[in-house]
Amino acid sequence: MTAAPSSTESVVTLEGVDKYFGDLHVLQGIDLRVRRGEVVVVIGPSGSGKSTLCRAINRLETIDGGSITLEGQPLPQEGKELARLRSDVGMVFQSFNLFAHKTVLENVTLGPIKVRRTKRADAEKRARELLDRVGVAHQAEKYPAQLSGGQQQRVAIARALAMEPKLMLFDEPTSALDPEMIKEVLDVMVDLARGGMTMIVVTHEMGFARTAADRVVFMSDGAIVEESTPDDFFTNPRSDRARDFLGKILKH
Amino acid sequence: MDDLLDQYDLVLQAFWLTIQLSVLSGLCSLVLGTLLAAMRVGPVSVLRGVGTTYVTLVRNTPLLIIFVFIFVAAPNLGWFTDTAFLTLGVVTVSLYTSAFVCEAVRSGVNAVPLGQAEAARAIGLTFAQTMGSVVLPQAFRAVVPPLASVLIAMTKNTSIAAVFGLMELTGRMRYFSNNSADDTVIFLVFAALYIVLVELISAGAIVLERRWRAAR
Repeated sequence: MTAAPSSTESVVTLEGVDKYFGDLHVLQGIDLRVRRGEVVVVIGPSGSGKSTLCRAINRLETIDGGSITLEGQPLPQEGKELARLRSDVGMVFQSFNLFAHKTVLENVTLGPIKVRRTKRADAEKRARELLDRVGVAHQAEKYPAQLSGGQQQRVAIARALAMEPKLMLFDEPTSALDPEMIKEVLDVMVDLARGGMTMIVVTHEMGFARTAADRVVFMSDGAIVEESTPDDFFTNPRSDRARDFLGKILKH
Repeated sequence: MDDLLDQYDLVLQAFWLTIQLSVLSGLCSLVLGTLLAAMRVGPVSVLRGVGTTYVTLVRNTPLLIIFVFIFVAAPNLGWFTDTAFLTLGVVTVSLYTSAFVCEAVRSGVNAVPLGQAEAARAIGLTFAQTMGSVVLPQAFRAVVPPLASVLIAMTKNTSIAAVFGLMELTGRMRYFSNNSADDTVIFLVFAALYIVLVELISAGAIVLERRWRAAR
């Protein structure tokens, strides 16, 4: 178990969020509050809308109804204002999405230099510290394609951390990884969680949910079906759908 | 052949003019074409419309007609009345070629995985920064061969300027062939000069491809 959330101040608030893909109602009246320092793990069967929820929070997906606020500010329309807001929200993707034409070091310094106007030397110093923290410092001059998936994902985490985010979003960060690389990425994430980072993690890694989550949110068919502590959720799921889901994934 | 050797300075002047036309038009087309491509993939619908309309109009019009428009019709309307012929030639060829550059670059942009732009936006880059730092550099790497083809076609297209009195290679070739019985040799010599120029573009493309293949 992690330390209790350090504050009751809300970093993200979703109220009645609706989203459609054509006729498909992928997010149905989602209400969710994440407090500073809290680690929320979102789980659920594929197609339940968890990735869409994650992507809606930094407006990579637009929503059709309801509201999303970051530290009390509603998400603005696409433009400079939204770019500034996004720079405070770290995002880690399932497919890493490291900039293929830039070295590992350049991947991490691009945001600080372009968005924060940090001096190159300072940005590189900080980037090397972060790469060291995620265990890939000796790969700094390589290109992403020369790294393993686990290393790439850890660089992606360093890239997000370089912006000093107030919130980190993880969209199935280990789903594209070989089993032996999953642990190295989860270890970094557990470290972050222990360090007090506010995190929303969409994942199928139940072990991570048990060790690092303050709260588990179970989604199914575009709605939040259940919200509880990891202990409660895994030992005593209240809804049939959660019981059914856990039965399927924990059997093997 | 003797004519060519006696007046080799005229041949060199013509070669130099073709080089100027090609290099200046090439640079202008790359800049304008890239801007058009950015407009066509951008979030502003008015700019998307302008870009699409430009490409449709210009790409579907024969280059000769665009030359007539810039060299004859525009001065009649009061534009470009005192402009040097070289400048007019560069304007004409650039206007035309940029439509093709736009489409080549756009195909490169479409070849860059969406996740690259999403990751760029997620760290707070604006649309312009995302294009400039992440998408376009990768798009160019993907379209070196088609862009080289566009620039090669452009270099040969500068020959149409001969019709409007520019004494570039083709204009000078007509001058020599009109005054000589030995047409064949003259044609071959001028064709060879175009080949030299075009091969430089091909070689440049190969160098860029090699360097960029290493760096990723």
